[in-house]
Amino acid sequence: MSLRPILQSDTFIITSEVGPPKGTDLSHVMEECKLLNPLVNGINVTDIQAAAMRLGSMATCHLIKDTGGEPILQMVTRDRNRLALQSDLLSAWALGIENVLCLTGDHPTLGDHKSAKPVYDLDSVQLIKAAKGLNEGHDMMGETLEGKPDLCLGAVVSPGATPLELQILKLEKKVAAGAEFIQTQAVYDVNIFAEFMDKVKYLKVPILAGIVILKSAGMARYMNANVAGVTVPDELIKKMSAAGAADKQAKEEGKKGGNVVATSIEIAAGLIRDLKPLCRGVHLMPLGWGHHVPKILAAV
Amino acid sequence: MTISEQKALEKILEYLKDAASVFLVGCSDCATVVKTGGEPEVAQMAETLKANGKTITGTMIGEPGCHLLNMKRQFREHKAELDAADAVLVMSCGTGTQTAAMAVEQEKPVWAANNTLYLGQVERMGHFRELCSACGDCTIDRTFAICPVTRCAKGLQNGPCGGTTAEGKCEVSPDRDCAWYLIYERMKGKSLESLREYVAPKDARLRPGLFPVTPEGEKK
Repeated sequence: MSLRPILQSDTFIITSEVGPPKGTDLSHVMEECKLLNPLVNGINVTDIQAAAMRLGSMATCHLIKDTGGEPILQMVTRDRNRLALQSDLLSAWALGIENVLCLTGDHPTLGDHKSAKPVYDLDSVQLIKAAKGLNEGHDMMGETLEGKPDLCLGAVVSPGATPLELQILKLEKKVAAGAEFIQTQAVYDVNIFAEFMDKVKYLKVPILAGIVILKSAGMARYMNANVAGVTVPDELIKKMSAAGAADKQAKEEGKKGGNVVATSIEIAAGLIRDLKPLCRGVHLMPLGWGHHVPKILAAV
Repeated sequence: MTISEQKALEKILEYLKDAASVFLVGCSDCATVVKTGGEPEVAQMAETLKANGKTITGTMIGEPGCHLLNMKRQFREHKAELDAADAVLVMSCGTGTQTAAMAVEQEKPVWAANNTLYLGQVERMGHFRELCSACGDCTIDRTFAICPVTRCAKGLQNGPCGGTTAEGKCEVSPDRDCAWYLIYERMKGKSLESLREYVAPKDARLRPGLFPVTPEGEKK
């Protein structure tokens, strides 16, 4: 089912995310999508995530359509100028892709082709505006289109970023430009998110809180040290750390572990429960743990 | 100021492999301040090349290296030294090297001794900062005289990305300030109104590299 009517309903929205492979073997991605299709309202497909070269978002989205899923095409402005971005938006629509999440994209120096030329001809706000223009039947130069798309446009925000005032100011511009839904950076601290939601309640746009599934205490510490705007509270790190120690001991005793996965599921499900009253939905970022998503959703 | 750095000596010697004699050109302005083509650096290069078996037919400091008419006049004054040289090595910026190549009357290979890096501020001796990228459409009135087009790694005009660290640094490097953080700090307590306005994409025709270039040799 299309995403837009669900955004306009009262339903609690759940989206998930897959990353295309570095190579052509999409079998794992397709398996994950078949598993998640009945459980979620949309599946984001990342666009050369973390600036590490890989198979494209548009082809993957198209193949997800074939599995009966509802793809959300992520489109970054890092790699293509305004000609290519607008052309790809039209191409996406022609391939049956209805939803586009507009982002700037991680800088090439953070990826695996560090010497690549960063394009950034447009920023995310300008991309949303350009896409809205296409929906209205004209390109950025005002030329009339022969057949127009009707893309459902999304944008992102980082609720824990500093300075938050500028994040909100930019979010305001994104909504004014035509964003119909917002997905956020990973949220682990519900209080910080609640404060953010209070500050943006004047913006009438569905916001889906980002959930990155915690895989280990090490991952949590890494994010705290390296991912801007993300704070994993000590309490969650302690839980993951204890689960890791329990699994290690179980392994030494020749017993089956599973504490880390169980704790991870419990944390994610707990976050969703706590976030549910605060926003219109959640956006799951399983980072390879898509097969655990059904258990997370069942535990909510 | 055009900021440049000297190329590796091996690279310079590779350029000059077929030249037994060399005429050296520096620049009185940027390369003098940046210390990549002032009097001392040109003298040092002359010594280095001599130590590598080259004959130096003469040296000259362009006034400045990017001024075509001055360079032509100065080259005429150094005619004999240029006639005697197999090659010309220019210790200036890319504009200076090309100006030298246009100004030299003799059929000589002209080589660049420097890499040209950016337009920069001289913060203090030997320390430079890139603050402007010559976009051709200055909008720093909106951002309290801090240019996000240059100082944001992504050149974002409508506000920061999500990559600003809690310390106000850029996701690209902890040594790099987030331009939007700087803008925010400067605007603290003042109205953010000028930042609320949507900023349209830049016109790339105004950017360096796309300006109409007068064909070489064309007279006014």
